[in-house]
Amino acid sequence: MGLIQLGRHDKDGASDVITTTIEKAVNWARKGSLWPMTFGLACCAIEMIAAVSSRYDMDRFGAGVFRASPRQSDLMIVAGTVCRRMAPVIRKIYDQMPEPKYVIAMGSCATSGNIYDSYSVVQGVDRFVPVDIYVPGCPPTPEALFDGILKLQERIMQKRVFVTQPAQVKASLKV
Amino acid sequence: MAFEDQRTTVYKVDPAHPESETLPTLRTEELLLNMGPQHPSTHGVLKVILELEGERLVKSTPVLGFLHRGVEKLAEDGTYHQFIPHTDRLDYVCAMYNNFAYCRAVEKLMNLQVPERAEYLRTIVAEVQRIIGHQFWLGTQALDIGAMTVFFYCFRDREILLDWFDELCGARLTTSWYRIGGVERDLTPSLIDKLKQFLDYFPPKIDEYIVFLEKNRIWLARTKGVAVISAEDAVSFGLSGPTLRGSGVDYDLRKYEPYAAYPKCEFNVPVGKNGDTYDRYWIRVMELYESVKIVRQCLEQMQEGPVMADVPSVTLPPKERVFTNLESMIQQFKLFSQGFNAPPGEIYCGTEAHKGELGFYIVSTGGGKPYRLKIRAPSFIHMGAFDYMSRGYMIADAITLFGTYDIVMGECDR
Amino acid sequence: MHALIKRIQETFATGMTSSTEWRGDVAVTVSRGKLHEIALFLHDDPGMDFDYIVHVSSVDWPDEDERFEVVWEFYSIRKRHRIRLKTRVPESDCVVDSLTDIWKGADFMEREVYDMMGIRFRNHPDLRRILMPDDYTEGYPLRKDFPLRGRGWRDTFDFLDEVPR
Repeated sequence: MGLIQLGRHDKDGASDVITTTIEKAVNWARKGSLWPMTFGLACCAIEMIAAVSSRYDMDRFGAGVFRASPRQSDLMIVAGTVCRRMAPVIRKIYDQMPEPKYVIAMGSCATSGNIYDSYSVVQGVDRFVPVDIYVPGCPPTPEALFDGILKLQERIMQKRVFVTQPAQVKASLKV
Repeated sequence: MAFEDQRTTVYKVDPAHPESETLPTLRTEELLLNMGPQHPSTHGVLKVILELEGERLVKSTPVLGFLHRGVEKLAEDGTYHQFIPHTDRLDYVCAMYNNFAYCRAVEKLMNLQVPERAEYLRTIVAEVQRIIGHQFWLGTQALDIGAMTVFFYCFRDREILLDWFDELCGARLTTSWYRIGGVERDLTPSLIDKLKQFLDYFPPKIDEYIVFLEKNRIWLARTKGVAVISAEDAVSFGLSGPTLRGSGVDYDLRKYEPYAAYPKCEFNVPVGKNGDTYDRYWIRVMELYESVKIVRQCLEQMQEGPVMADVPSVTLPPKERVFTNLESMIQQFKLFSQGFNAPPGEIYCGTEAHKGELGFYIVSTGGGKPYRLKIRAPSFIHMGAFDYMSRGYMIADAITLFGTYDIVMGECDR
Repeated sequence: MHALIKRIQETFATGMTSSTEWRGDVAVTVSRGKLHEIALFLHDDPGMDFDYIVHVSSVDWPDEDERFEVVWEFYSIRKRHRIRLKTRVPESDCVVDSLTDIWKGADFMEREVYDMMGIRFRNHPDLRRILMPDDYTEGYPLRKDFPLRGRGWRDTFDFLDEVPR
């Protein structure tokens, strides 16, 4: 009871005015400093590199600090064809990232396998990693990638921070 | 007290410091370090298992296949025309050269003559692709070694050309503008003007790139004498392109087996002396100047004419007619769904892509689909020499090796 | 007849089984037993001088007795001529001599042929799979009886159960 009640309200799970403001601040900080991890697999990596370069500058969205280590990053942009041989590596790296973490499936190959309907290509990275944003294209231009990142930022602004998730939601997060 | 062990290395007592006699001897053993498949070096998903003694590489085992997409098997499933977009994604840094190599191979199989204007256009675009390929290489090699500024400069100029490609064929990266029998469409006057402007703008920029690196002590220390390979070994391994020319062998398919408009252009092929990383870097930078020369000459010599061979049973009709003319629509449909009738036989056709000799070995038993299509990818063959080239160098030089070999995993693993 | 083919036929009367010359490419089919000898001749003979190995490949002809065809292509940088060397192996005994002792580049290329088609190379220093993982059990992908979409490996994710979530 009292002014600050961190946790679920009895009635509808809504939080109060101080927690919503703090939530907004936390979400604003999270969306403004998305640190992606260098996960270029194939051709889309080249467009990702172009997105970081001087013309399309990803740093103005706060997402320019590409960390090589998954422990220091919170966004994994899976850019390129996901082969079954690479799948355990992707999953391991995804698991090594600390929460909160987001995944963007960049390009048609990561979304659905693209034209590679063959014996070694996984038809979409969402078969073993939960994906937040899909950016279609072959390869998507850097502007398309920015569209995806901005949509991810909008989505982050909508997330709840100080509310405990109900049990069913938590279970559904398991892939 | 010393560890009596087979792997023990005993350090001699230094007469200047006699107290070291009482220090225990150090036990050393080889370390196996796994590098990749995810690592910040931009060359893609490559895993190398390094056996180290201290900081020196004793043996390095590349582990490939993390980007194996089964392209050769997919080729057997579609027609010859349908394979062109697959070739884009082989060496995705300079995609059109792969299209060029493939179209040349199929034209050799079909014994097709490409019209002269199409040959000039192909050469122009191929050399512009060589420029963007080498710019990408220079940027990422410099980035790996630590010179980040060169990366930004190279990519700034690369963007100008990518816009040019965008206007030419609709895509920046994985373009599919070449067709079997010619090219898809002609250059517009606006494109030619922009290209001429770029050719004037660019050579001073190459000078800029060189100025950053040619006298830089760190660059020289990290590239001179690193990853040396002799000419004999390089030829035995099947290396090609700048990797081979760095060792003094002037094998360049544009001069040895001229094709397209190259016989009509005058250009030099830079050849190195020592076979080290610095020579290969120098060759690629000089090739930028040569590409500008070739494009200028082609633009001057080009005459008006058709851009696609007129063989309706093989070549595609112009796109405008497909949507207005019924016969053209049927022709397009038939060529894509059933393919043209290729004669039974087999050919090999190699082309000087910017990484090396990119070749296609096509076996046909008649019909519209290739029976077997083998891609001779220079990156895969260069990985064969990786272990041999890396012995005795340090871990940091392994990164330089990726760069100097110019490996792209899309081509290596197919 | 092309000068190269004539030379090989004169030197190895029984080794060469057939030859073709089509679209400017010279191809010579040799018997399996004589392969290494002929390859050594191609490399060492001053008139032949094939020092550059272009590619090693394989083709599957499932309807024939000698099912697999192994193809090598060589180029001579000094003499500027090309040749294609082919040999046939039956499925029951698909072993061929390795040419890694003559051309170092044959190492990775022969490993790829083994990985994709299942042809073994005698005396190869390290014959393992190269593009598919070492423990891949579904077979050899480029054979004609192997389905394009594989046999289910691409859709099974056994590593997901190992990971605690």
